[in-house]
Amino acid sequence: MFRSHGLSIFAVVIAAFISLPVIVIVSYLVQANGELWQHLFDTVLNDYLINSLLLLLGVGAGVLLLGVPTAWLTSMCSFPGRRWLSWALLLPLAMPAYIIAYTYAGLLDFAGPVQSWIRDLTGLSYGDYWFFEIRSLGGAIIMMSLVLYPYVYLMARAAFLEQSVSSIEVGCSLGYSRWQALWKLALPMARPAIIAGLSLALMETLADYGTVQYYGVSTFTTGIFRTFYGYGDTAAAAQLAASLLAFVILLVLLERYSRRRARYHSAAESRARADLIPLSGSKAIMACVICLSPLMFGFIIPATQLLFWAVFEAEPLGWDFVGLAWNSFSLAFLAAIIAVILAIILSYAKRTKPIKPVRTVLAMAGFGYALPGTIIAIGVLIPLAWLDHRLIDIFGSWGWDSPGLLLSGSLVALLFAYTVRFLAVAIGSVQSGLEKVKPSLDQAGRSMGHSPLDILRKIHVPLMRSSILTAVLIVFVDVLKELPATLILRPFNFNTMAVRAYELASDERLVDAAPASIMIVLVGLIPVLMLHASIARRRPH
Amino acid sequence: MIPLNPINTFLLPVVAAIFFSATTAQAGGIVNVYSARKEALIKPLLDDFTVATGIQVNLITGKADALLKRLQVEGSATPADLFITVDAGRLHRAKESGMLKPVSIPVLEQRIPEELRDSEGYWYGLTLRARPIIYAKERVNPDELSTYEALVDAQWKGRLCLRSSQSVYNQSLVAATIDAIGPEASQQWMQGMVNNLAKAPSGGDTDQLKALAAGVCDVTIANTYYLGRLINSSKPADKALASKLSVFWPNQSGAGAVGRGAHFNVSGAGFTKYGKHPEQAQALLEYLASGPAQAWYADINNEYPVVQGVAISPALEGFGRYKMDSIALEILGQNNRQAVQLMDRAGWK
Repeated sequence: MFRSHGLSIFAVVIAAFISLPVIVIVSYLVQANGELWQHLFDTVLNDYLINSLLLLLGVGAGVLLLGVPTAWLTSMCSFPGRRWLSWALLLPLAMPAYIIAYTYAGLLDFAGPVQSWIRDLTGLSYGDYWFFEIRSLGGAIIMMSLVLYPYVYLMARAAFLEQSVSSIEVGCSLGYSRWQALWKLALPMARPAIIAGLSLALMETLADYGTVQYYGVSTFTTGIFRTFYGYGDTAAAAQLAASLLAFVILLVLLERYSRRRARYHSAAESRARADLIPLSGSKAIMACVICLSPLMFGFIIPATQLLFWAVFEAEPLGWDFVGLAWNSFSLAFLAAIIAVILAIILSYAKRTKPIKPVRTVLAMAGFGYALPGTIIAIGVLIPLAWLDHRLIDIFGSWGWDSPGLLLSGSLVALLFAYTVRFLAVAIGSVQSGLEKVKPSLDQAGRSMGHSPLDILRKIHVPLMRSSILTAVLIVFVDVLKELPATLILRPFNFNTMAVRAYELASDERLVDAAPASIMIVLVGLIPVLMLHASIARRRPH
Repeated sequence: MIPLNPINTFLLPVVAAIFFSATTAQAGGIVNVYSARKEALIKPLLDDFTVATGIQVNLITGKADALLKRLQVEGSATPADLFITVDAGRLHRAKESGMLKPVSIPVLEQRIPEELRDSEGYWYGLTLRARPIIYAKERVNPDELSTYEALVDAQWKGRLCLRSSQSVYNQSLVAATIDAIGPEASQQWMQGMVNNLAKAPSGGDTDQLKALAAGVCDVTIANTYYLGRLINSSKPADKALASKLSVFWPNQSGAGAVGRGAHFNVSGAGFTKYGKHPEQAQALLEYLASGPAQAWYADINNEYPVVQGVAISPALEGFGRYKMDSIALEILGQNNRQAVQLMDRAGWK
């Protein structure tokens, strides 16, 4: 009894600590600045809201359209290329949104090769012909959908794979056709996972600054930065960010409310290969096309363009790229391990004792994902620097030299920021894995006298292995791509590949940024391939 | 199973890095720099400085306001000695934040003209960048151009490209214009330019130049070093692009605001209030204003030196001599907030 309460208390303490930066940002709300708010309200706020909502709707539709059908096809149907497509569809995850944005802008812009070629061929000049304006809200929606759909794909596919054969078969024996079984059984059963993927994609969309800024779309997030950089007003920027957060909380609550009574458990029985729906002829071609297009546009085309720039046009990478790659890789790896361990502890504490305080702090700990990295970084700096100053005081009172900024000036600050920012990703994946394990298994373990920790270690972790690996993978890749928090919080003389790519890109040397960009993508591929290898080994075929 | 042994493989080196990063001192001591200048545009100079003096330079680069925020939060414990940034508005903001300290350095006061440094010694300008009108030679006769204000004329309808108002360069341009013609006229000027836009603002200065060359629009306002970079590029496509463009220096003649001169800005540096290495910081600042360093900036990034008598790059020579707006640069900082507000009102995205 005490031990399980111990876990709850431990979880609450951890989650509260993780929520600290978010609380710091929200606490800015008390410093009202009526004049600036009035000005924003009168001029730009309306635009920001409308653009952000359109962006959310567009990306939401985009990631569902790209993610769910591909997940269904690769997990339920058999068609040529299914096996390699099932992992290749993850590749766009390794592509940072701001990098795909500038790559496509370089390709499809009026000055890019495609339009120049059209003009040379036809003799027309700009304005005489119609061409899709890539630097637009529509362009931003497409770019973000292309790199964010893997969240939905990953989660939906895991859910489809873990659905028991029996529920689909029962459906069919009750007279459902296969499509009816999809709509009435498989999709509703996969809903928590799909929603989890969707909310990750949407939170990432809200936090994005690089893409929308480059494409000239004024969203709520560009507004936050305009307030911070243009007005030099951190408080107002933090207040805007806090309002953004309130909106996210509202969405989360709505979603929870809509499925308040549903429970989703399934027997932990993997489907065998035999019950894949075989597709042939035009249907197989359709399936191939549906699965190939997101891969083509989200990875192959931009990666080829980057590679072309990197090899033929950019200044070559110096030897320091080895150090950059190592910094990026080790930071991402450490952050992923930390975030996933915390996610397991928190999710498990909620499962054993779903009492209110645990659920509340758990929800709060995930909100960092919806906040732009720069804002998180400020929320991290303030409490850590405060702690540092107390440490310096203590050292001083003992007559010792000042230790300097042990926390806020070191990688501790960065790792903390990554955890705050990406814990939601880890929790999402771990929880959806945990939810599918029947509570009766816990009860059985408990009745045999095992402690919650034993049950976690011996029953849950082995059953959730693929969910845990997925969580590690996503956090790893996210940290690898992370830029704004890294930029502010890194220690002296410490750079990552994302920082290098950003510095060149923001100096308007997009082509020279290509080698570093392609390195990010390549290092990001490592865990994608590892995950695939691990899942493939578990399956009989 | 994936064999993972995080402790040995990853944790130790990183933990070691946490505690031993950047604290080892060299013979000449160290100086810690927070720089909003990109690494590529400062590191080579810092390396030369280290070779010349034996003083080791530790560097963090980032966005000006974020670095300033970090400086503020760190307070008296900050390791930073020198704050380097582009844009006078940012330098002024750093001064206002109370995070810089005034220092009188006779060498610098002698070398750097008065209007290019803070009157109280909070910051010193290190390079000059001009932001004139740039036009497509094929479609624009320079006689049609005169002032920034004249870009609202009907003849430029659908022919103007502008970068977003998020750009600090545009914010400073507006801040200077407010000083010259007042806030109401400035807002009308911006509304007029917004009406003349060929496309919604997006991308950077280079993107505006590309738009000009591709025929999307005929005139824009951009910093000259972006054009200089295209002229000096090793890529034929860049050179071809640059050959289609030319610089027009606006507001060169006339009385009052009309003849105030072309807009320019500085990059510069100031001492942090709580810096622990003032001597080394001063040595670095003096080095950055020295002949070789000034020539490097002119050569590598096509910026104008702040020190008289330093040669400028052939690309810059090609743009011709011009009259600069004689505005005191701290006004750019003072007017920045109002500038952004007016840009919001004028609908400059």
